[in-house]
Amino acid sequence: MAIMTTPHISADGISRHFGGLVAVDQVDFAVPRGEIRAIIGPNGAGKSTFVGMLCGRIPVSAGRIMFDGKDVTALPAHKRIRQGIAYTFQITSIYGRLSLKDNVRLATSWRWGNDEQAIQNTIEESLEKVGLADRMDQMAGDLSYGHQRLLEIAMGISQHPQLLILDEPTQGLADSEIAGFVKLIRELGGDMTILLIEHNMNVVMDTADQITVLNLGKVLATGTPADIRGNRDVQIAYLGETHA
Amino acid sequence: MIEKTGMTDARKSLYFHLGLIGALFILQFILPAYHHGNLARIMVLACYAMGYNILFGYTGLLSLGHAMFFAAGMYGMGLPMVHLGWTPEPALISAIVVGVVVSAGIGFLALRTSGVSFMIVTLMFAQAGFLTILYFGEWTRGDEGFVIKQAERVMAGFDLSQPTNRYNAALILFSICLLLTIRLVHSRFGRVMIAIRENEERTHMLGYDVHFHKWMAVIMSGTMAALAGAAYALLFGYAGATFASVQYSIFPLLWVLLGGAGTALGPFIGTLFMFYLIDLSSSFTTAYMLIAGLALVLLTLFLPQGLVGEFRRKVVPWLS
Repeated sequence: MAIMTTPHISADGISRHFGGLVAVDQVDFAVPRGEIRAIIGPNGAGKSTFVGMLCGRIPVSAGRIMFDGKDVTALPAHKRIRQGIAYTFQITSIYGRLSLKDNVRLATSWRWGNDEQAIQNTIEESLEKVGLADRMDQMAGDLSYGHQRLLEIAMGISQHPQLLILDEPTQGLADSEIAGFVKLIRELGGDMTILLIEHNMNVVMDTADQITVLNLGKVLATGTPADIRGNRDVQIAYLGETHA
Repeated sequence: MIEKTGMTDARKSLYFHLGLIGALFILQFILPAYHHGNLARIMVLACYAMGYNILFGYTGLLSLGHAMFFAAGMYGMGLPMVHLGWTPEPALISAIVVGVVVSAGIGFLALRTSGVSFMIVTLMFAQAGFLTILYFGEWTRGDEGFVIKQAERVMAGFDLSQPTNRYNAALILFSICLLLTIRLVHSRFGRVMIAIRENEERTHMLGYDVHFHKWMAVIMSGTMAALAGAAYALLFGYAGATFASVQYSIFPLLWVLLGGAGTALGPFIGTLFMFYLIDLSSSFTTAYMLIAGLALVLLTLFLPQGLVGEFRRKVVPWLS
């Protein structure tokens, strides 16, 4: 049953051209508050470009983005972050020469003013959630790749965002770590809206309320995991027409 | 490093640097006149290097045009003293104002570029500044420069041409710049500067206005360089276009690299080291720049983090 409410984040005909190449082509998109939405699609479908526009990292060529009822299209990325959007990069992006503690501190300290105790608590709590609390004083660059990914997620969580955008968070994680990640996302799902670009279909099926499929810069389908699993267009896009 | 110690790292670092300032104060009673004079000069030049270090060492922006800021302070001080008959106090304020204005303007324009383009743009601006000084030779006396008379270099009753006063004035300035640097590095603003150096994109996507922080870093860096330029003119009584040349943009880069970029003390150690390297080698050969160059190459190869940087890495990780 669809009830008409203001979506938490929405895109209205957004496009992005890189020279002659159209990476994202007039996409309409809306996610209600508190939903976990997976964005899937073959390589080069425009997924990263699309979420890049939502968080402000990549300017739109056309269209409008609304977040929490406000038009944020013209807002630079750092201001969108401060309005409650957190973003993790597809390729792990942390401060390798700083401690885990200092990595999370940078992510969260602007929220708290001079409340040092709140900062400390948030750092501990966020690292705890991803299971890295005991490594707080280590240099982030000394962590394994999987742990660096988890650190980046902890940095996102520490901002207590309303909207968390995760670009391929499980890439490079071990199976046991993926299980922990799925559990974490489910826990967070109640508190915040989550956009998840993900290639691992098990993770998508286990976490997403709804799935949006992008192909060649356009929305191919949107629906529940069951809908998408049975969608013939999606199968064609993934497997190629001749194999369908 | 994991166990908690009684004193915070910031505090230990502060005491270490206060100790150094104390040592420099005592040195003036011990040093022979020649080295006494040298050290005063080195402390002023180290302020220039510390200014450079704010931008290069802590924020990760490599400028090749800092001579322009040094000269802005030097002429901001010297010109009103010589042509308008100003006393050193208002002239010092004028030098700081000129430093802020020039670095804010140049920073605003140069930060539209990044990486190699930033280096080239700052280099070009500095060249333009150098040529401007030559063009207005009637007032600046160009390459030849001008002397600020001894009688005019009296500030708050102290004759700054007198060696003891000069040394202590240089030490006060040096202490201010050093403590400001340490304060900055431990502030929230300083942490963001370091974050930009380490990973600019990540910092932006954590909610920081990277461009604003960089601009502020250029202004702080440029103004400290200008302050050093002003002090140089006042303490040594001379302003000349050489100080605005490319050579003087390269010097602070070398000093900071040698001493350790991103360390509070590195700029001073680098300046001290290079000053005496040139001084000693020129006492027994005319090819002293060859020796200096060779030493620089060896240091860069074997101590890539600079003297203080390597010292911090191996001995005292808590150093600012």
